[in-house]
Amino acid sequence: MKKIIKYVLLDLLRNRIIIAFTVFLAVISFSVFNLEDNPSKGILSLLNLVLIIVPLVSIVFSTIYVYNAAEFIELLVSQPLRRVNIWLSIFTGLASSMCVAFLVGCGLPVLIYAPTDVGLMMTAMGLLLTIVFVSIALLASVLTRDKAKGIGVAILLWFYFTLIFDGIVLFLLFQFMDYPMEKPMVVFSCLNPVDLARILILLKLDISALMGATSAIFSNFFGNQWGMAATVLIMIAWAFTPLWWSVRKFNRKDL
Amino acid sequence: MLISLVVFTITAHAKTWIVRPATPLQKLQEAINNAMPGDTIIVEHGVYREPTIVVNKPLYIKGVGCPVLDGQKKNEIMVIKSSHVVIEGFSVQHSGYSGYNDIAAIRIVNSRNVTIRNNKLDDTFFGIYSQHAVSCTIANNELRSNAINEVTSANGIHCWKSDSMQIMNNTITGHRDGIYFEFVTHSTIKNNVSTGNVRYGLHFMFSNDDAYVGNQFRNNGAGVAVMFSKGVTMVQNIFFENWGSAAYGILLKEISDSRIQHNRFVRNTTGIYMEGTNRINVTQNVFYNNGWALKIQASCNDNTITQNNFQANSFDVATNGTLVLNTFNSNYWDKYEGYDLNHDGVGDVPYRPVSVYAMIAERNPVTMMLFRSFIASLLDKAEKTIPGFIPENLKDDQPRMKAFK
Repeated sequence: MKKIIKYVLLDLLRNRIIIAFTVFLAVISFSVFNLEDNPSKGILSLLNLVLIIVPLVSIVFSTIYVYNAAEFIELLVSQPLRRVNIWLSIFTGLASSMCVAFLVGCGLPVLIYAPTDVGLMMTAMGLLLTIVFVSIALLASVLTRDKAKGIGVAILLWFYFTLIFDGIVLFLLFQFMDYPMEKPMVVFSCLNPVDLARILILLKLDISALMGATSAIFSNFFGNQWGMAATVLIMIAWAFTPLWWSVRKFNRKDL
Repeated sequence: MLISLVVFTITAHAKTWIVRPATPLQKLQEAINNAMPGDTIIVEHGVYREPTIVVNKPLYIKGVGCPVLDGQKKNEIMVIKSSHVVIEGFSVQHSGYSGYNDIAAIRIVNSRNVTIRNNKLDDTFFGIYSQHAVSCTIANNELRSNAINEVTSANGIHCWKSDSMQIMNNTITGHRDGIYFEFVTHSTIKNNVSTGNVRYGLHFMFSNDDAYVGNQFRNNGAGVAVMFSKGVTMVQNIFFENWGSAAYGILLKEISDSRIQHNRFVRNTTGIYMEGTNRINVTQNVFYNNGWALKIQASCNDNTITQNNFQANSFDVATNGTLVLNTFNSNYWDKYEGYDLNHDGVGDVPYRPVSVYAMIAERNPVTMMLFRSFIASLLDKAEKTIPGFIPENLKDDQPRMKAFK
């Protein structure tokens, strides 16, 4: 297993797209911090990068990689290796190389220019989101045999998590405006890793505003230590549930 | 010269009484009864447990080595019923508590030119209470109490129907309202620190022509409330970390002809909340890192908001209607995205400080959970291009490109 991880990782770190992604993140992050005289405004600009671009690249790139590695995977499967190990090695390689790309491209500038609570939280959330979306990508690619269809599903999932889901929630919040929606809202946010990450960053960024009208849910659930731990646990669950499911699928898959 | 002569004769004849435990003169009240107007009473270090001490003649009463006046949680500790009294250097503690009487540690009644300075008040119901007082000075006192809720606690410095009061350099913490004014005119509140009070750091009603200068209001239950007054000057104050759904840096209700200048509003849920205010100038203030920098209700009229810095606030301005009768001009908004072609430091396109998400959150507070999401920024961008939901006239026609120093 170690050998496969090593191979996948080395292959990925030399991959031109990964290098380009790292450079792209670094250029944007450094220019954002250099353009704004106020680092907290730079953080705000990077927020969209972390919540939108990072998941998109993670999910699309991972899906394409798995499809392109189909022959390599077939070769590995023909060897006396357990399928679980093969699949987990590919996941580990993908997730760690994407994390390295994010850390170098985005985490480093943040730690240099804005080593605050917000910056640290944003870096942590970027890493978690990367892992979550790599794992979702593996599920998407194991579910469909057709490459084009698989990439389509991956992009659709990204679109769902970043935009459609929030649109539906906003619609529901206005439809049920007359009812107490605080508790359902907590449940809604747990259904979307992007929302969870955003809320955790908001707690550091906009605490003054959040202590306003909706203080009850925020301070009771997300605000305290246990709530925060629970949120991070749910994020980790979001990373491993799709992975576990994809492992099961891969085990039975007729290649 | 006549005055100085009179002062000289008074000081020449003034006698000094020394109160000390375990001596014939060990009660402060006894010394006051024996003294003649204009005398000095020195109270030495020790604990004095007496019934309410009544000061009924002009005296200079000074504590040496911080003598303790203890109310034993039963009674009011000191009542001043004469003008020209100076109380200095005492530690006043454990006043009584009452649900129907206003029991105070030190009460000034119907007097002029009373000075209360350098005292420490601890565990008191009302701290320093003045009624019908004129030209009194309350300075350098440290007031501390342990209020738990609004019902069982009382105010630190409480002034009622007074005039020309000077309240300076006091520290007030753990009371209901730090400083409370009702029907107080021509007074100055300067360089006080009011923190961690259960309700308001400063609360005043029906008090005209007062000035608030260089005070610090931090972490109070509901910030500062200013109501039903006119001619109020608030300059160089700091409003810091007043958090909660009903907490404001300043709550302005029915205020007119006033000035708010050079203040700093940092990390409050709402910086300034205005309701039914008229002709207020809000100039040269800094709003930094607040939830809402300014909430200005449609009932406000003729207010001018100019030359302020709005930086790193979640929302700059929120309002509850489309009617705008106030002027926003020449402010610096860090969210401004316009350009300045002629480089005169003034943006060429107007800035609309009300974001559509502020309006949405105003109507449906739970939507704050979706704040800064992709869909929220899409809504904001769409609304900026074609305004339909936000008040069309609430705009700054000359937004600054650089922050004011």
